[in-house]
Amino acid sequence: MKTWDNIVKISRSVNDGKLSAVDLVNESLSLIDASHDYNAIISTIKKRALERAKIIDNGVKSGKNMGRLAGVPFIAKDNFLTFGGETTAASNILKGFNAPYQSSAIEKLESEGAICVAKANLDAFAHGASTENSDFMITKNPHDKDRVPGGSSGGSAASVVLGLAPFSIGTDTGGSIRQPAAFSGCIGLKPTYGLISRSGVVAMASSTDCIGPMTRTVGEASLLLDIMSGRDSLDSTTIDKDSLGYITLDSDIKGKKIGLVKEYFDESLSPDIKASIDDMVNKLKTAGAEIIDISLPILPSALAVYYILCPAEVSSNLSRYDGQRFGYSYKAANDLNESYSESRALGFGKEAKRRIIIGTYVLSSGYYDAYYKKAQLVRTKIVNDFHKAFKSVDFLLGPVAPTQAFKIGEKSNDPLAMYLSDVLTVAPNLAGIPAITIPIDIKNNLPVAIQLMAAQKNDRKLLGAAKKIEELV
Amino acid sequence: MVKLSQKDILKLANLAQLKLTPEETAEFSSELSLILDYVSQLDKVDVKGLEPTYQVTGLNNVTREDKKIDYKLDKKLLMENLPSSKDGQIKVKRMIA
Repeated sequence: MKTWDNIVKISRSVNDGKLSAVDLVNESLSLIDASHDYNAIISTIKKRALERAKIIDNGVKSGKNMGRLAGVPFIAKDNFLTFGGETTAASNILKGFNAPYQSSAIEKLESEGAICVAKANLDAFAHGASTENSDFMITKNPHDKDRVPGGSSGGSAASVVLGLAPFSIGTDTGGSIRQPAAFSGCIGLKPTYGLISRSGVVAMASSTDCIGPMTRTVGEASLLLDIMSGRDSLDSTTIDKDSLGYITLDSDIKGKKIGLVKEYFDESLSPDIKASIDDMVNKLKTAGAEIIDISLPILPSALAVYYILCPAEVSSNLSRYDGQRFGYSYKAANDLNESYSESRALGFGKEAKRRIIIGTYVLSSGYYDAYYKKAQLVRTKIVNDFHKAFKSVDFLLGPVAPTQAFKIGEKSNDPLAMYLSDVLTVAPNLAGIPAITIPIDIKNNLPVAIQLMAAQKNDRKLLGAAKKIEELV
Repeated sequence: MVKLSQKDILKLANLAQLKLTPEETAEFSSELSLILDYVSQLDKVDVKGLEPTYQVTGLNNVTREDKKIDYKLDKKLLMENLPSSKDGQIKVKRMIA
């Protein structure tokens, strides 16, 4: 596994003319090629990446500064619309789709000189927690090929851990950055809802969809958040970035109050994970943090809320795949209705269909109040409980998932068991608060991680504390 | 416990313009009943006096200036993605028999 230098150092060397962007891209592409047996990558963007690398090298030669990510190769989850190759969201219905525009997040990374070299595997349309729902292939955990890398951003997480590129980007609707970061062993940040534009990202559940970086260090995640965040006229749900940015972090934990969420430490939590978290909590105590036991009694309801709201929004967002404008189209249809229903039947995988049916049910007349509206009411309770908690503590701490990475096939025939993998990650999505995964240990030859959460728009503060935890590991 | 019969599933599939195989219909009928049973735990949560949360950042009626923006869209790619087209327009199957 290749260990890349910190991206700040790489871009500095490129801007100083000591490293060539073309060489960096070629190196990343050959690493991708050499580790294809992990199935982390769906496609590479070789031609365009090398063209962009040449532009950057030439810019440096003519004395220009080519940006804070000059020449840094990266890998995007394949639900980010990108030029230079297909964007499939790991679904058959989007096979062959060449995006006519790029996602805003990619545009921002490119404007600082970063180069997208490849697209990472995911659960089709980001529906899943293991990448086993990809219509193309199953990504393997970098630490154990018999296990899943987590999901849905499993390919992005595995890419970073395998060192295929210095960083990757993913999406997190109910835990899809944080859970694979924990299973595979990298930093995974889900920022405050709205901080990074969703424009040009294949929509899953629009009211909780977030974009975030996956990196080896907290500092790199901070830089990437600084670059990708802020208002975007193409996504009206975006919010202003912090006026101080996200680069200068306060990692002093002395006197800070950290709440241990009681509901996150129930009997379903693996004792190995519990022991590693206890160790870290003791280190934080020694470093001067005040540890407080805290209870958010509504949290056990969060997953039920999520599995009403998520399919509802999914069924609505997936209605655009009608076989008429892009993506798979059933050619032998006799009329338009048959073209719709056959294109969708043959193009969508089983999980997408399952969610469309659940979503259609909970939104249908007569059931809307009992399911959808009720879930939005309980969501208010979740928002309020977090708000109340952050009045008495600076951060909330807990595990990311109840177990370490599970075996391939272990849960793939039981959708409810798979949904339960998100039990500890969905609440921050429903409340729109930032949360981050930080690997803290290795046990049973697999990573163990913790999840740290902060109040809405406190992303800089969250990253500061995450940096401290990283130092204490 | 909420039971979704295969007939219910087919009705939902029809509303969603999605054709299902008999196997999928049978499978979803039993699975979705289990999932709905799981989410029915919300029945017990007291939500008296609360308003529903549809969005979390407090933004309201976000508008932009009514001005043409330079949207980076590759028209050639847009057209190439069309499954079927004629004279630069989307061609669809007939709608009325």
